[in-house]
Amino acid sequence: MSDSARIEESSLRLAGKEFGSRLIIGTGKYRSFSEMKEAHKASGAEMVTVAVNRVPLDGSTESFLDHLDPSMQILPNTAGCFDSEHAIRTARLAREALGTDWIKLEVIGDKTTLLPDNEQTLEAAKVLVAEGFIVLPYFSDDLIMAKKLLDAGCPAVMPLAAPIGSGLGVQNPANLRIMREQLKDALIIVDAGVGTASDAAIAMELGADAILMNTAIAEASDAPKMARAMKLAVEAGRLAFESGRMPKRLYASASSPIEGAIQ
Amino acid sequence: MISLTINGEVRDVPAGKLLSDLIEELDLPDTRIAIEVNGSVIRRNAWCDVTLSDSDVLEIIHFVGGG
Repeated sequence: MSDSARIEESSLRLAGKEFGSRLIIGTGKYRSFSEMKEAHKASGAEMVTVAVNRVPLDGSTESFLDHLDPSMQILPNTAGCFDSEHAIRTARLAREALGTDWIKLEVIGDKTTLLPDNEQTLEAAKVLVAEGFIVLPYFSDDLIMAKKLLDAGCPAVMPLAAPIGSGLGVQNPANLRIMREQLKDALIIVDAGVGTASDAAIAMELGADAILMNTAIAEASDAPKMARAMKLAVEAGRLAFESGRMPKRLYASASSPIEGAIQ
Repeated sequence: MISLTINGEVRDVPAGKLLSDLIEELDLPDTRIAIEVNGSVIRRNAWCDVTLSDSDVLEIIHFVGGG
């Protein structure tokens, strides 16, 4: 390994695939397709999420997927599903339409908070894993549920940092830390709740392997610029995590020698 | 005539309608969409083998922006 490669952050290996970027981004809420494309490019992301939706029957179907860089992996989601049965059906439809086994599993428990229904999520995960899906589940930041989802065969778990689209940042850093410490070999992708670059850096410093975000970029006044900020934040946060930060101290520790200073 | 529910809308079509013909009449693309009839996904290569029946419930999906 060359010196410059040694100080790069490591790549992400997920379900047998290698990703150079640890940022996964969405395709919702952009003001225009051109802005979305520019943001996607600036983010450096190699995987994007898309939603499954009923086609309009008035012949106005637009090929949304044509606006995505074909080199990016498409990760369909089961957003809008409120029980395991609908999530499973949505995943099967997505697989048929796109020919991908990858699915972001999202089962929502409540319309106001969009908080996940962990019980239904686990139930759906078991069925979909058995059907050969690569299931990436969105769930509450709970260690025990993470363990259950991993035991069910999910190659990664995707705890929320805060409610979807809230931009509140990591609301419970202790939960993420505990998950990281207790699940050393598991892939943890923080999904939802990041609002700005420092939020992304904090999540990565806590040991997240990747971050999935949509609104923080799409709703920024300048989405492509925020996409670049997120790229840098995720890289910086990961590098900081891998480098092992200094311990926090209550008192000062001089950087310059006190001894030998002129009297 | 038979009555179908397509994406929540009730539509009457002549009896004996093939799924593949319905998709063409609805002016839908034949790629990057998927169809479910009565809760089961119909593989693309089977669209021309499925004759729709009265009261069938269809879901036809495509992709939109999402997170």
